[in-house]
Amino acid sequence: MKAKSPVIWPLLGLAALVLLNAVHDLGFLKITLLDGHLYGVPIDILTQGSRTMLVALGMTLVIATGGVDLSVGSVVAIAGAVCAVLLQGGHSLALTLAAALGAGLLAGSANGLLVARLGVQPIVATLILMVAGRGLAQLIVDGQVIIIKSPAFEYLANGFLLGLPVAPLLVVALYLATHLALRRTALGLFIEAVGDNETASRFAGLAAARIKALAYIFCGAGAGLAGVLAAANIRAADAYRAGENMELDAIFAVVVGGTALTGGRFSILGTAVGALLIQTLTTTMYNLGVPPAIAPVPKALLIIGVTLLQSDKIGRWLGGLWPKREAA
Amino acid sequence: MKTTPWFKTLLLTFGFAAALASAAPLKIGFAQTGAESAWRAANSESMKVEAAKRGIDLKFSDGQGKQENQIRALRSFIAQKVDAIVLAPLVETGWDPVLRDAKRAGIPVIITDRSIQTADESLYACFIGSDFFAEGRMAAEWLAKKTGGKGRIVELQGTPGSAPANDRRKAFAEGIAKYPGLQVIDSQSGDFRRTGGKEVMEAFLKKHGKIIDILYAHNDDMALGAIQAIEEAGLKPGTDIVIVSIDAVREGVQAVADGKINCTVECNPLFGPKVYDTVAAVLAGKTVERKSYNKDELFDATNSAAALPKRQY
Repeated sequence: MKAKSPVIWPLLGLAALVLLNAVHDLGFLKITLLDGHLYGVPIDILTQGSRTMLVALGMTLVIATGGVDLSVGSVVAIAGAVCAVLLQGGHSLALTLAAALGAGLLAGSANGLLVARLGVQPIVATLILMVAGRGLAQLIVDGQVIIIKSPAFEYLANGFLLGLPVAPLLVVALYLATHLALRRTALGLFIEAVGDNETASRFAGLAAARIKALAYIFCGAGAGLAGVLAAANIRAADAYRAGENMELDAIFAVVVGGTALTGGRFSILGTAVGALLIQTLTTTMYNLGVPPAIAPVPKALLIIGVTLLQSDKIGRWLGGLWPKREAA
Repeated sequence: MKTTPWFKTLLLTFGFAAALASAAPLKIGFAQTGAESAWRAANSESMKVEAAKRGIDLKFSDGQGKQENQIRALRSFIAQKVDAIVLAPLVETGWDPVLRDAKRAGIPVIITDRSIQTADESLYACFIGSDFFAEGRMAAEWLAKKTGGKGRIVELQGTPGSAPANDRRKAFAEGIAKYPGLQVIDSQSGDFRRTGGKEVMEAFLKKHGKIIDILYAHNDDMALGAIQAIEEAGLKPGTDIVIVSIDAVREGVQAVADGKINCTVECNPLFGPKVYDTVAAVLAGKTVERKSYNKDELFDATNSAAALPKRQY
């Protein structure tokens, strides 16, 4: 077997959290049937966590190229605003979804152009859209919260297919597709090469700039789809608050999942687990009744814990404490 | 009443000043915090519309969520020699130097929405705000009357540490303290967001099941999100769970009319009329109340449908 997978630590964290909740209240794990679909806390975690999972998927690739995309939260707001305005204008669902995806692609292209072609620092380049994008979203909805009355649109986030929640199914399908596209072809390797050493990979014949730009475009598209889910979830486009701080949750998920912020290696499975870990943690706070003012503290502690465990230095130090177990 | 000659002169001077002011359009500078919420947008709109209605020359400045922008705006108002300044301070402290400049230039400053802390109270003319505390108390009183003082309550708090969340929480807790039958069994933050309200309510419903009688939300957005969670759990909002909320945005009042929210207490953002009335009074040299609050109403099944067409925000 190859070296210890980085996914192991977030998985352990997730298992520990689930155990903690189950010990506190066994009802946490209970899944029942209600009106012909599954109903329970684990289903909530999957449904609520699906948006972060989606945003974090694109973020994984961007971070793997050595960059970061801070604009995803604003892109979520833009895509939601586009959906609301189009649906209110009586346009079809297909056109609405295409437009939201298009908005995400466009936003990603803008970031890609700035970072890959013009060489702007990723943090600065995406910060521009992060700030301007929210203003743009408010402009689209004219500063109002627009209510969406479309059962078909809402189905995407709150519906059930054969008793299973639709949003997580969609996201899992996207994860699988992305995994196959990256790991069954050389594309994943190219992204890691560019993240590891852009100059060397260019000399080796890779179109480094194009690969980088593609990562941002993919990330923008993911954020656009997450915007659709966010708007469908609450049947409204809230340009002020939609996607707020989502970039941070996505970056947490990616980092906790074992993708290095320095770029050069990534784990899609790890990101999925990381996103679920964060959502489970939020739900745990509600479940244990932790006062909201101190709820961020355990979240921070867990993230520190998992990232420390992943660090090579800590690993060696721990290995030094138990030399025999490491050798075995 | 005995009036001394100097008092007469003073009255004359003020009368003269008032006459002058009414001849040339009144110039007022308004330093807004930014455009962070629908409430804030309605607040700015009210100030602009009311100024246009009264023929006031309003210099509007959007602070974009930064105190330094607001201070810069105040300095520019002073340089433009406006007749009065209205400030919606982003934070409580750090205003003394610029307010001293305004005082030296003889320009009265009126603080709205949020209060400030200052060593010298004479630096501003008065404060006009929303009484978050009264809102929470009104919600508690209405609830006690409606339920006969009995029920298990879950609370959706606003952003932890924010003034509206703190005051609405404290006032509500004090309000229901008189009724031992009313108990808050769980309280979490939905961060004033619709998504937050939905997510937390989902968790509450799983955790407590059918024993929840009442939901108290610190704003309508969270209540509207929670309604979805309640419906998805197969319960009827407004019937199975009594919902009390604050803000009375149009959609919230609509939900009251639809019977999904039982009562929403207004947090009125339409400051325009009261602020300009106060400015006029201050400029005319009348004494104004040091601290006054915008009047808030309460909407429930009895008056929501009638109020709906008139809601501006």
